[in-house]
Amino acid sequence: MAELIVFICATAMVIVGALGVLLRKHPVHAALSLVLTLFGIAVHFIAMEANFLAAVQVIVYAGAIVILFLFVIMLLGVDRTEDLSVEPFLKQRIAAPIIGVGIAGLIGTAIIASRSLLGQGPAPAENGQDINELARSVFSDHVFAFELTSVLLVIAVVGTVLLARKLPSGPES
Amino acid sequence: MSVLSFTTPTPTPVWYLLLAAVLFSIGAVGVLVRRNPLVMFMSIELMLNAVNLSFVALSRVHGDIGGQTSVFFVLVVAAAEVVVGLGIIVSIFRKRPGATADDIALMKG
Repeated sequence: MAELIVFICATAMVIVGALGVLLRKHPVHAALSLVLTLFGIAVHFIAMEANFLAAVQVIVYAGAIVILFLFVIMLLGVDRTEDLSVEPFLKQRIAAPIIGVGIAGLIGTAIIASRSLLGQGPAPAENGQDINELARSVFSDHVFAFELTSVLLVIAVVGTVLLARKLPSGPES
Repeated sequence: MSVLSFTTPTPTPVWYLLLAAVLFSIGAVGVLVRRNPLVMFMSIELMLNAVNLSFVALSRVHGDIGGQTSVFFVLVVAAAEVVVGLGIIVSIFRKRPGATADDIALMKG
């Protein structure tokens, strides 16, 4: 019973937040709706015994990425309402909901059709062993990918510094 | 079993996967509909989170931690992607304030 209530509440958070990102005209409101969705996903992670990933989800996504979005919105001064009525591609505005329903329908049909493979109930709980197993998996089986992600992060930081700095006023600029 | 004691259903992995499908399609529609590059970026994050949710659900079905490892790497790559993307958006907005995605359809400055 409790699992059902948690699922319904977290699902409502996720869907309302996602629709907020889709429909709110103000970019700041869209970013705050994104926080609601991310927290709902974190609650789902906890319900599925992925405790460490839930913590990382809150810290990295809600704590870092959305704050980065808000910083850029405030720094650039683009926090004004987007005029959704002006539409250069009218066909795209009409086709987008059809495409969205089509994607959801196709994936949903595939899931329903293959639900016998998925089992009917949750697997037996691991009782908080997910951090140990995750660490063992990351640092033994996937240690090369882990090192590559550190290289990726360094490249991303250096590249962003190069992209976003103001160029010194040379003869070309 | 008596008639009065109805059983409450517990969430199965199918429910989580259906929620992930709905979330993914909302994100896809957001990328197609919105014109502000920042909000399009947020919709991409929605799609990434839908995939993360289905990764964790399937990791639980199979009793394999590999799905959660994939989510871990997706989180790291998403953080790097947001940093680079926002850097690009900042440099674009500095050149032409108030640009939408349609104004910057050409790659040349």
